[in-house]
Amino acid sequence: MADLTTDFVGIKSPNPFWLASAPPTDKEYNVRRAFEAGWGGVVWKTLGEDPPIVNVNGPRYGAIWGADRRLLGLNNIELITDRPLEVNLREIKAVKRDYPDRAVVVSLMVPCEEEAWKKILPLVEETGADGVELNFGCPHGMSERGMGSAVGQVPEYIEMVTRWVKQYTRMPCIVKLTPNITDVRKPAAAAHAGGADAVSLINTINSITGVDLDIFAPEPTIDGKGAHGGYCGPAVKPIALNMVAEIARSPEMKGLPISGIGGVTTWKDAAEFMVLGAGNVQVCTAAMTYGFKVVQEMISGLSQFMDEKGLTDTSELIGRAVPNISDWQHLNLNYVTKAEIDQDLCISCGRCYAACEDTSHQAIAMSDDRVFTVKDEECVACNLCVNVCPVEDCITMVEMQPGQTDPRTGQKVVKDYANWTTHPNNPGAVKAAE
Amino acid sequence: MDPKMLTEGIVAGRREAGQLADAFEDLHPPLSEHEALVAADRCYFCHDAPCTVACPTDIDIPLFIRQIATGTPEAAARTILSQNILGGMCARVCPTETLCEEVCVRETAEGKPVVIGQLQRFATDTLMAADEHPFERAPSTGKRIAVVGAGPAGLACAHRLAMKGHDVVVYDARPKAGGLNEYGIAAYKTVDGFAQAEVNWLMKIGGITLQNGKALGADLSLDDLKAEHDAVFLGVGLGGVNALGVPGDDKDGVRDAVDFIAELRQVSDLAALPVGRDVVVIGGGMTAVDAAVQAKLLGALNVIMVYRRGKDRLSASDFEQDLAASRGVRIITNAQPVAVHGNGAVREVEFAFTDDDLKPTGQNFRLPADQLFRAIGQTLIADGLPDLDGRKIAVTGAGRTSVSGVWAGGDCAAGGDDLTVTAVAEGRDAAEDIHARLMG
Repeated sequence: MADLTTDFVGIKSPNPFWLASAPPTDKEYNVRRAFEAGWGGVVWKTLGEDPPIVNVNGPRYGAIWGADRRLLGLNNIELITDRPLEVNLREIKAVKRDYPDRAVVVSLMVPCEEEAWKKILPLVEETGADGVELNFGCPHGMSERGMGSAVGQVPEYIEMVTRWVKQYTRMPCIVKLTPNITDVRKPAAAAHAGGADAVSLINTINSITGVDLDIFAPEPTIDGKGAHGGYCGPAVKPIALNMVAEIARSPEMKGLPISGIGGVTTWKDAAEFMVLGAGNVQVCTAAMTYGFKVVQEMISGLSQFMDEKGLTDTSELIGRAVPNISDWQHLNLNYVTKAEIDQDLCISCGRCYAACEDTSHQAIAMSDDRVFTVKDEECVACNLCVNVCPVEDCITMVEMQPGQTDPRTGQKVVKDYANWTTHPNNPGAVKAAE
Repeated sequence: MDPKMLTEGIVAGRREAGQLADAFEDLHPPLSEHEALVAADRCYFCHDAPCTVACPTDIDIPLFIRQIATGTPEAAARTILSQNILGGMCARVCPTETLCEEVCVRETAEGKPVVIGQLQRFATDTLMAADEHPFERAPSTGKRIAVVGAGPAGLACAHRLAMKGHDVVVYDARPKAGGLNEYGIAAYKTVDGFAQAEVNWLMKIGGITLQNGKALGADLSLDDLKAEHDAVFLGVGLGGVNALGVPGDDKDGVRDAVDFIAELRQVSDLAALPVGRDVVVIGGGMTAVDAAVQAKLLGALNVIMVYRRGKDRLSASDFEQDLAASRGVRIITNAQPVAVHGNGAVREVEFAFTDDDLKPTGQNFRLPADQLFRAIGQTLIADGLPDLDGRKIAVTGAGRTSVSGVWAGGDCAAGGDDLTVTAVAEGRDAAEDIHARLMG
């Protein structure tokens, strides 16, 4: 059995599955239940200064659904904890005392003033918590007050606050990043420069999940009005994966630990974040949709996957795909594939034909008796037919071998790697090495 | 019509080998991977799920279905087998329509449950196809335990005990292990020798010795077993069959349905198995349906099941009744046998219609029959057993009998439904109790 234990910036946990700072980790009752269900750690829902904030008294969440009302994306306008600081600190201390083997990290958000951070950090340290996470990500409500993503969108502020935190506590410091920026490497680099031990990402994305077309107001609607919220859940995973990968492969931030967040729902999602460089993952929407028990599938699945791959320790998994994250300009232009339709699996729906004929390269032929075949002389291997086909593995992309002639270009497939940087059509092409 | 169908009497070869092969094929063909993923996708991962509550072995059904959905059917199988080591057979024979699937919230909402039984089979078949045994035996405890009866209760008990490091000897009266899994279930529910394959797979835990051809009473005594072992588990099932108690019950052509079902499961060539042209089955349970449907599949022209109470009291589930009807079996309710007529061999069975209190209405009728199956229940052969509660072994807690050091479970023990899955649960729980007692 693979060992799922992780050591993230010195914080050990029995598995890499932590609950993200969010409603599930707002209080002792929840966190104890989460630990009993098997979660490896929690980031306690963000603490702020007293008096505590207040929340709206109407709906805090909006959602989008897939077929069969599967929840795909969740949006929230809830703020940080609305309970007194002292109550949270007391509960954190009690939980950490009873679960010494689990990770308990405390999320913090106070104004961008040195005194505010200097004041709260010793109080957190006194609880015995394993570390702090700086909430520079919340995109709604708190950002209007100069906190959350308002800080996360200004790299200078990130660096400044991170420095204060490193100055006033010995606890590991994780900086949580907002995706509501253009280049996530900038805030990550600022955190790095400020001395952060790690970054975590992504926080939620600015969003309106829908509009009530009877009252012409965004959802969730509070007394006829709506405000943008933070979007999360399975729908945001691709965005999060890319941002994690961008930081993981950045030479400037080489070795900076990353806690991956954004739509982790199954073991597979977690494995994807981890091979792209995340040292662990944080989960919220899956727990909010299915309950704490959902972690059991993540544990058994990741363990089985690692066994099948012959991996015994999570450290062998983390970052394994990073060397394969490339820039477009370095992709091999001599790699040629063609779509192939398995006629035994084909159910003759014609979706590949419609997609290719109407919107792509007219590379699929349709016979009178609904047999669909690929025209190799037209196929550019775009993969759209694969993506729209309802039958898994019915259409596959088959690699052409060196020496074969691509009927579309009339050119022989060559074995050698060649990319855009040396392509004759590239006005800035550099001459290939002799 | 094939003239062989019309031949009177109990004769073999009513249908060709090819027709028989088609007729006896898997009742629920295994799900393909794609079908399993689509089916698994329908599970809502309910909290404190009704399906799990309904499962006598408490399998965490939402978890195993989610494990299938995320591409790890092997992990799903472990979830199943950790609760129910015969999860493969239960996936095939459980009346899911009256257990997990009956209470599935999608059954309530849409009348279409998640196909839990078939998903369970997909998971367990995947693991067993890899010839993997997912459990490891604990270091030897040096304790020896006798398990009498290699049916579902005995096997589940033996496996759990072996897993905990005990040495287990399983005795069984029949030539093969498996109990009713091997001898008492319709062939189309467990094809391709699955029962024996499952026993062989289960035995891979190690520490279990099988001794076949050893019957309690004839070859073994409870006192000897007690003296030679640290504990004894009785999972002997119900060896006796209730008689009809009507004149003519002993005529040729009158037979216990359980014997017919057992013979059918053991015969290598179904075409060689004789069956009547006009078959009557008396009883309203699963055994009656299994006998009636299989008689029809063998080529009987007319098969009629007769049950003494009303349709609402039939213990065969709606699914089983529909299955019987779809195979051409007619079910008559509110009629009890009064006599078996015939000169030497059965020719007709006479019934009296009854009201819901089983009082004859005064109207009688006769059904032509050259073969009559009794399926009105089995009984415990109780000689030399611990105290009884009614007609079964009295148990308290996890199968403790009136005799210290002797546990019992499965059909022979009082309480619980006489289902494979219930037997597994009782065998497993008794093993836990035995372990706690021996190691406490």
